[in-house]
Amino acid sequence: MELRGKAWKYGDDVDTDAIIPARYLNTSDPAELAKHCMEDIDTSFAASAAKGDFIVAGKNFGCGSSREHAPIAIRAAGVSAVIARSFARIFYRNSFNMGLPILEAPEAVDEIAAGDLLAVDMGAGVLRNETKGKEYRFTPIPPFMQELVAAGGLMNFMTTKRKGEGA
Amino acid sequence: MGMTLSEKILAEKAGRPSVSPGELVMAKVDLALGNDVTSPIAIKAFRAAGAKKVFDRGKIALVADHFTPNKDIASAEQVRTMREFAREQGILHHYDVGRMGIEHVLLPDEGIVGPGDLVIGADSHTCTYGALCAFSTGVGSTDLAAAMVSGEVWLKVPETLRIVLTGRPGKWVEGKDVILHIIGKIGVDGALYRSMEYAGDGIAHLPMAWRFTMTNMAIEAGAKNGIFPFDEVTRAYADARSKRPYKVFSADPDARYADEIRVDLSSLEPVVAFPHLPENTRPVSQAGNVPIDQVVVGSCTNGRIEDLRSAAEVLRGRKVHDGVRMIVFPATQEIWLQAVREGLMEVFVEAGAAVSTPTCGPCLGGHMGILARGERAIATTNRNFVGRMGHPESEVYLSNPAVAAASAVLGRIGGPDELGRRER
Repeated sequence: MELRGKAWKYGDDVDTDAIIPARYLNTSDPAELAKHCMEDIDTSFAASAAKGDFIVAGKNFGCGSSREHAPIAIRAAGVSAVIARSFARIFYRNSFNMGLPILEAPEAVDEIAAGDLLAVDMGAGVLRNETKGKEYRFTPIPPFMQELVAAGGLMNFMTTKRKGEGA
Repeated sequence: MGMTLSEKILAEKAGRPSVSPGELVMAKVDLALGNDVTSPIAIKAFRAAGAKKVFDRGKIALVADHFTPNKDIASAEQVRTMREFAREQGILHHYDVGRMGIEHVLLPDEGIVGPGDLVIGADSHTCTYGALCAFSTGVGSTDLAAAMVSGEVWLKVPETLRIVLTGRPGKWVEGKDVILHIIGKIGVDGALYRSMEYAGDGIAHLPMAWRFTMTNMAIEAGAKNGIFPFDEVTRAYADARSKRPYKVFSADPDARYADEIRVDLSSLEPVVAFPHLPENTRPVSQAGNVPIDQVVVGSCTNGRIEDLRSAAEVLRGRKVHDGVRMIVFPATQEIWLQAVREGLMEVFVEAGAAVSTPTCGPCLGGHMGILARGERAIATTNRNFVGRMGHPESEVYLSNPAVAAASAVLGRIGGPDELGRRER
């Protein structure tokens, strides 16, 4: 799976209130949530993000609440993957459970600037910064997580597995 | 090789003789929790998967606490989605307005979660129940949907950070100060993916309410769960509350810990976390002159009767400062009534504070106490992120209930020792 787009760069500890403020949690409609994605720290993101773009951030991305509205808003905003130094754990599992690709690539994160054009091959574990002409390898995600993403999330994974077991 | 507390419980629930950090297990849940914000997404996923019946209607809790009493039409629709699902499925533990409370205070008090349980909840503060020597952790709505279908959850066995508590805390130092001190020391990702397991003879000085506050904020250090060993304090609480038999687990003497930190409780003073991360802690004596507009006492972190008593003790015979709005949120109906019976409500109202029905409202900037641009609040809640309680240019400071009440009187952030004489 090759993903291509430009980078939106943020700092450390981007929390779920920054990704989608709680005042918008009175709906779970993806398109509505996408309109307010990153609003409190970047008013331009929701209006300007293009399909395929990446969110690139520092450590502990997605800390705070368990709201799945956060990865839902990011995906509905058109983002193809989130690249960070590290992820908060509930955001991490939510992303895989709903099929949003995320990857940890600390070295690449340090050298990516806002607007850089990136290409990511999830299966091969390769990230290319086309603007800077540099290539990075990242640890491919664990096999169980790959299965989740390939199935399109946890519920599809479970349904397929249950059928497979004849249950 | 020996196992930690969390490993012991996970091994049992995964049906294995032992587990070790890094392993992925499918484990059986004793309770799966959702609220009015997270369960509508789970219900949608449940239906999309073609599921017809939940795995066990007695092992699911649905609590309407975030935007209730219904904040607006959209919220009302979400609460209705949850209510209709609860009725359709015959969910035994469904709590609506009038019987509800803030989930993480309500469920232990109702005896629905107990020692030795494995609990998951589509709310990050589900880690609260670790105070009862249970393994409990926050997950997302899809995890909740999957658990409602199968009764199972996938979990990576976490490494464990051992936190050894010694000494006895001094006056005005509460559980909130201990956990804020720890987060200040290790940072908001200082326990990322890890279990925070408490140990040491200092634990004996921590009442149950303080332990709940400390495990509640494990997520604020990035942890998967926080957990206390079982002792006589746990036993007294569980025996009085638990609706079913419980099982006591203990860590093996040769358990392996990834790391260890030590905290001398006698050396602590009340702590305030400055904007915009819970790790930005300072002793209240070094807070400087920070005028405030609003004070919030309540939430799943500090909305228990002990917290209200602490705030009332400070407020008794004193007045909330001119220009400061103080709002008190008892966490459950039971606590609300207890506060009436003990005369705490009189203290709050005579001091000039407002008292609300239970809700998560202001803590997450949902409703019932939103901040305007540039306003500052000190709150006994758990997060002080940008825009957490309202406008992105407002500020939230975190403290224990006594410091919050003292600040309400002072009109600026300060501790109870700075207050003058009571009126009578």
